[in-house]
Amino acid sequence: MRQETFLRDKLLPISTVIVLLIAIWYVAAVFLNAPFERDTAARAGTEIGFSDLLRNTMAQERPVLPAPHQVVAEIWDTTVNKAVTSKRSLVYHAWITLSATLLGFGIGAALGILLAIGIVHNRAMDRSLMPWVIASQTIPILAIAPMIIVVLNAIGIAGLLPKALISTYLSFFPVVVGMVKGLRSPETIQLDLMHTYNASPAQTFWKLRWPSSMPYLFTSLKVAVAISLVGAIVGELPTGAVAGLGARLLAGSYYGQTVQIWAALFMAAALAAVLVMIVGAAHGAVLKRMGAKP
Amino acid sequence: MTSNPASVVSARNLGLTFETSDGPVNALTGVNLDVAKGDFVSFIGPSGCGKTTFLRVIADLERPTAGTIAINGMTPEEARRRRAYGYVFQAPALYPWRTIEKNVALPLEIMGYPREEQKARIERTLELVNLSGFGKKYPWQLSGGMQQRASIARALAFDADLLLMDEPFGALDEIVRDHLNEQLLKLWARTDKTICFVTHSIPEAVYLSTKIVVMSPRPGRVTDIIESTLPKERPLGIRETPEFLEIAHRVREGLRAGHSYDE
Repeated sequence: MRQETFLRDKLLPISTVIVLLIAIWYVAAVFLNAPFERDTAARAGTEIGFSDLLRNTMAQERPVLPAPHQVVAEIWDTTVNKAVTSKRSLVYHAWITLSATLLGFGIGAALGILLAIGIVHNRAMDRSLMPWVIASQTIPILAIAPMIIVVLNAIGIAGLLPKALISTYLSFFPVVVGMVKGLRSPETIQLDLMHTYNASPAQTFWKLRWPSSMPYLFTSLKVAVAISLVGAIVGELPTGAVAGLGARLLAGSYYGQTVQIWAALFMAAALAAVLVMIVGAAHGAVLKRMGAKP
Repeated sequence: MTSNPASVVSARNLGLTFETSDGPVNALTGVNLDVAKGDFVSFIGPSGCGKTTFLRVIADLERPTAGTIAINGMTPEEARRRRAYGYVFQAPALYPWRTIEKNVALPLEIMGYPREEQKARIERTLELVNLSGFGKKYPWQLSGGMQQRASIARALAFDADLLLMDEPFGALDEIVRDHLNEQLLKLWARTDKTICFVTHSIPEAVYLSTKIVVMSPRPGRVTDIIESTLPKERPLGIRETPEFLEIAHRVREGLRAGHSYDE
């Protein structure tokens, strides 16, 4: 019974969309790659038949749009068939990006929470800091990322930390906004209750504001972890493309390796999905421990 | 007139004016009242008469702008710092992430009672409000009446002699309310607390109280103070006796007199 509803409510709609997307992708691949095949045939002075055209558009070395199975084969080849320590392994590059993502996310979440606590408890911080927090996100990350890398390099900080700081720059924002809202979410009556007990600000924080903010925190963390990954990839672009998914993307576009680009894109998407799912699972576990209505 | 130090609550010419964007609002004017130890005092009146505001002044949740008020001979702020009262709000205001026993433990944790003592008090107060065995449940697993009883247990858990109750049963249906009123009287008899109780129900006020304070709005003021002649032992049936109806009549008259004032 439960399995049936799972099949009907979750699996069926999702797989329908996937099948549809793959079909559209194949059609698009044929259309976009066909001009190259026709040109080749014209240069050789021959006509190309439809079945040959179809076969060739899905097996090009550097297609405009690689067919799904080419991308899958590339991912398989670069994850399973290569040692994880090899520079040609996608797992190796994914790990480089992931480590920067997690470090940046950790710093961003901690910074976001601390700023939110300050903003909620201090009027001066509320007035002075909040506009800057919002303004920080209007600066395009692509513009500021190389600056951060260059400046930090100049003072001798290179490697993981500069990339992580770009992740931090993006990820602290949703945490600040979410936590300010969350820490202010207790009702007046709940705060009045604390007042009648003559509770200290620290007691009010730990026994009321902090637990109240948990749903807001985890919702923010889901957004934050996903954009942390974006930040880490963006941070890898100006580093000279040594390692990481961003480097794979950049190298792929230098050499017209579209299959490699798409493989890296899918790896990034899968990584983001897994990270969001982990935060989602933590969210569920915490709410369950807090006795939420199932 | 000065406040009476023997009283639990003693107000003299108490006034409170809220400054709003539409100009000042007189929530309370010239309130003179003494609540003796062990009294059960009801505050009754239409909305806007200042009955809740008066309770909040006692609890130091609002500051008066005129007159004086003393709680056990102290200012409301001193009384609050010494945890002189337990407050029961209109809504249970239980913390949804805490079980019932953890909710009752909340004031005990804040006031630094040792663990063993906390356990004993939780057990005792849950028993007082007939919620033994529900300690491990979360608030959403309980009915509205049970939640409000849990919030009363929370207010009783520490040793405050004064219990302030702001329309605690206002959101409940009449059958549950009758039942809780009966239980509240038993609890009052057992614990020997002083209770200030805000309500807008005449039968509830007459049934529960030793003293009924009738209030009226614009400006919020006391129009009548009625000392109840009913015995301390009160079965629910007492509400059909002539004595009860007579007091209820006087309350109604007081409310009507206050009401005609602004017309």
